[in-house]
Amino acid sequence: MNGIHDLGGMHGLGPIDREANEPYFHEEWEGRVFGLFFASFAQGHFNVDQFRHAIERMDPAEYLQSSYYEHWLHAFETLLQEKGIIGLEELDRKQAELSQKGGQ
Amino acid sequence: MAQDHDHHDHHHNAPPSDTAMRVKALETLLSEKGLVDSSAIDAIIELYETKIGPRNGAAVVARAWCDPDYKAHLLKNGSEAIAELGFQGVQGEDMMVVENTDSVHNIVVCTLCSCYPWPTLGLPPVWYKSAPYRSKVVRDPRGVLEEFGVELPESVEIRVWDSNAELRYLVLPQRPAGTDDLTEEQLAELVTRDSMIGTGLVGAPAN
Repeated sequence: MNGIHDLGGMHGLGPIDREANEPYFHEEWEGRVFGLFFASFAQGHFNVDQFRHAIERMDPAEYLQSSYYEHWLHAFETLLQEKGIIGLEELDRKQAELSQKGGQ
Repeated sequence: MAQDHDHHDHHHNAPPSDTAMRVKALETLLSEKGLVDSSAIDAIIELYETKIGPRNGAAVVARAWCDPDYKAHLLKNGSEAIAELGFQGVQGEDMMVVENTDSVHNIVVCTLCSCYPWPTLGLPPVWYKSAPYRSKVVRDPRGVLEEFGVELPESVEIRVWDSNAELRYLVLPQRPAGTDDLTEEQLAELVTRDSMIGTGLVGAPAN
């Protein structure tokens, strides 16, 4: 499928922005998402092709505006819902609950 | 994306972002359901932050520079030769090594996503996964090299390798002149991550 992820050859996406001594994870949550990715495969909830496809199905504008690990988060949410493992409402509820507690 | 690092310095003082909270909610739910183990996630993060990185690839390159038989094996069967040095695993199962010479320079990209040889180079930098690099390098590799401060003679053919889920590439950079007296370990120290992606060259020792 020729989706927004197929970026090769596209013009006008700006200069390449490099960072010296770049950390592997810029935010703590990025590392958690990365670790969840491994854990989910180990559990056999989905495979890497399904994971990538879930990213490729993102809304094109959202795809370009969000970061790499936000793509991963999006794919998790999509697949866990589709597989009936975690529902959107359940996730929203848990997020609200944690936010009320200030993330503790 | 490109502007990510402009604001990450502030996050230690700021309240957790919605995204951070979303991820925490996800992990908490999966953990409550007994589907993930948070300590296993801690271990994975530590492994990729401290053990798996471009030093592995540099060891492969230095060995190839010092041992012609190893180099021949590496170029013929990358996966096998790299595994010989103990580097194998997820996102590096099938490896192809491409050699830079006086007439050919290789650059690696993944235009569709972020495929990268994890066992030899670790996790990719943000720029490698970014839209500007992925879109431009297949269309204007010399322009990209210029952005990285690399200028090659017009006579050098540039080959761009588009990685995919099954096959990952590692560039074997050229050994710099004047390094005949260096040990394999000293040579490995000269090898940069970017030189193994193809967006950099290996420079001569500083002194």
